[in-house]
Amino acid sequence: MAFVSSGYNPDKPMENRNSDIGPRKFDEFLPPVIKKNFGAWKYHEILEPGILVHVAESGDEVYSVRCGTARLMSVVHIKEMCDIADKHCDGYLRFTTRNNVEFMVDSKDKVDALKADLLSRKFNGGSYKFPIGGTGAGVSNIVHTQGWVHCHTPATDASGTVKVIMDELFDEFTGHNMPAPVRIAVACCLNMCGACHCSDIAVVGIHRKPPLIDHEHLDNLCEIPLAVAACPTGAVRPSKVEVDGTTYKTVAIKEERCMFCGNCYTMCPSLPLSDSEGDGIALMVGGKISNRISQPKFSKVVVAYIPNEPPRWPTLTKTIRTIVDVYSKEANKYERLGDWAERIGWERFFEKTGIKFTKHLIDDFRDPAYYTWRQSTQFKF
Amino acid sequence: MAKHETPLLDQLESGPWPSFVADIKQQAEVRAKNEEGIELQIPEEVCDDLLGVLELSYSDGETHWKHGGIVGVFGYGGGVIGRYCDQPEQFPGVAHFHTVRVAQPNGKYYTTEFLRNIMKIWEMRGSGLTNMHGSTGDIVFLGTTTPQLEEIFYELTHDVEVDLGGSGSNLRTPASCLGKSRCEYACYDTQAACYDLTMEYQDELHRPAFPYKFKFKFDGCPNGCVAAMARSDFSVVGIWRDEIRIDQEAVAAYVGGEFAPNAGAHSGRDWGKFDIQKEVVDLCPGKCIKYEDGKLSINDKECMHCMHCINTMPRALMIGNDRGASILCGAKAPILDGPQLSSLLVPFIKVEEPFDELKELIENIWDWWMEEGKNRERLGETMRRMGFQKLLEVTGIEADARHVQEPRHNPYIFWKADEVEGSWDRDINEYRKRHQR
Repeated sequence: MAFVSSGYNPDKPMENRNSDIGPRKFDEFLPPVIKKNFGAWKYHEILEPGILVHVAESGDEVYSVRCGTARLMSVVHIKEMCDIADKHCDGYLRFTTRNNVEFMVDSKDKVDALKADLLSRKFNGGSYKFPIGGTGAGVSNIVHTQGWVHCHTPATDASGTVKVIMDELFDEFTGHNMPAPVRIAVACCLNMCGACHCSDIAVVGIHRKPPLIDHEHLDNLCEIPLAVAACPTGAVRPSKVEVDGTTYKTVAIKEERCMFCGNCYTMCPSLPLSDSEGDGIALMVGGKISNRISQPKFSKVVVAYIPNEPPRWPTLTKTIRTIVDVYSKEANKYERLGDWAERIGWERFFEKTGIKFTKHLIDDFRDPAYYTWRQSTQFKF
Repeated sequence: MAKHETPLLDQLESGPWPSFVADIKQQAEVRAKNEEGIELQIPEEVCDDLLGVLELSYSDGETHWKHGGIVGVFGYGGGVIGRYCDQPEQFPGVAHFHTVRVAQPNGKYYTTEFLRNIMKIWEMRGSGLTNMHGSTGDIVFLGTTTPQLEEIFYELTHDVEVDLGGSGSNLRTPASCLGKSRCEYACYDTQAACYDLTMEYQDELHRPAFPYKFKFKFDGCPNGCVAAMARSDFSVVGIWRDEIRIDQEAVAAYVGGEFAPNAGAHSGRDWGKFDIQKEVVDLCPGKCIKYEDGKLSINDKECMHCMHCINTMPRALMIGNDRGASILCGAKAPILDGPQLSSLLVPFIKVEEPFDELKELIENIWDWWMEEGKNRERLGETMRRMGFQKLLEVTGIEADARHVQEPRHNPYIFWKADEVEGSWDRDINEYRKRHQR
């Protein structure tokens, strides 16, 4: 494994340096039919789940075949996508904001062969490489974060939880069998890199134990004032601790004030808080981003804690299945999960789904909590 | 033969959904064989060791990645995230496993030529594993070592002419929906706006000077496909302010059942015959649609721009011609002060090249936030702490009933001295002439 230089010269780092050149401009990569009809699209239809046609004012058509992916993907897999795009789509493809890949062709005649090719490809182990779906009133691909694959603060895995949820909801991905779109997101900790706080169903990794304190190393690895300032509830304060006759500058934590957000750990590696028994998942539902009919809204916590049960997280998938099934049966056409829950009332949501309401579901974080308590005798028995 | 036993992960190879485990295994195998004779610049067993450390996490229920260190390329403060394994002896292939964020083309269209070129860099100088794409939108290269970073940057910027994205307390890689390229709802050119502002603010993107991260996102319409209003500090959401265009013949075709409602999105179930009264008129939040004598009419003055009628009958209803965007500010995920959605700042703005109005607004907001924002405080939190009026003040925007859901509940109004007749300066002795002690 000899080192191969690209031409970069460490002695003269500014020599031939191309800095701040930004992304490649998008119009270099548009398929010809897209480029030709840019800004002149008339309407679209979903011909079947995962297959869209967009019709331009010129009469031109573009057919897009949408496939789910695992988001974490290898060079080998991406090259296979390129082979497919070269074979069927004149060398163009695109990805969606929900981590699907789309293959586009400019005539209906080309769709069947593309579709057959995509569905024929499977990984060793039997899973589809390119399942077609993710459109309309169904479940699209899950937006997610890194989890145990690559992140230093996760309370759960992301790629694994996504895999098991999408295995469970595969018919909902390949079908249009929901009352409205169901958008699911997974965040492996409260940082929510994917911002899943406005999803129909949000899976959020949570810690439940306060940070450990690595007293003997803390002052060497952290700026104590930053660690103190990082705590939103003021639970961290500067302190001194004696270990084996040596006094160390460190912090003390008022544990009952800790809400396990992990922000102190982000500022200070000597305050880790992950723990196999403490960590797990909070399940949130009823959020949305779209302005359609009702306003965008946050997801609400309906299960405060589900343990991590790798590799297939059975309690998590079963709970999601229950929510999806009850929603699917009860909601009106076009009604998002959160709109349905609000229409029937949250007391009914818990009754119908059989999810137990607990004290942990009552907000107690700062002022906004008050706006979630009931100030009325208008409720249902 | 796999380097590590992975009995737990192996269970994720079954089931219909694409298996990331199977995919990592296939990359591991290709690296081991190396039939193309690539001069691999990081350990050959990187993929095996990633599976190994992940298996350990699956049995421990805890992550095995250390707190990131500071790594990067010369002159940049972002774009690379340091990552080290906390069991380097067991998994030497991933002892150093840094992430490289690469700026994606807006709308995420690619030619296979470009994709193959960047993949070539990554199979030689990295793990061969990626995220397509990261949550913010970047192409994410997962796993390389420090000596490769400058080499990767050099090859990216010279051979494929693409730059790194953002990380840290800076402008994060802006993202847009696919906009006018393939959507009839786009009220402005999201890709052009996103590209122009990305290029304008390369310095802010690569050199952290902010209190915390800052995200722009560009949605072409209120459907919000890139989730701008949920997650960006500066959300540009397309909107029109004139009339929705109606094709009455197409309306009749929906009513008659010739066109499937909602573009066919409900095809998997029998919802019965399309009922325009129930499915469109009654669901309109502005209650401004009528369907009488076979004719649809909209009182556009009362339209809430929710998109429902247009989404339901895309062949009959089209966005208006006077198009632009609404600007909303301050969305974020829970860390630190709880989740926030973006709040409306500018009800309507024309979004046209050279986007000067947008830039002026952004720079005014940045000047204020950089002055007043605390360390790790997102714009939304600064807005809450300092008040929405402050944002109006620094951007020179007049208050408007559209800025609120409803007016305030309390009369604790922070009047300023210059807003009150005679100001606040008064003489206590004059007062005492009128009022005894």
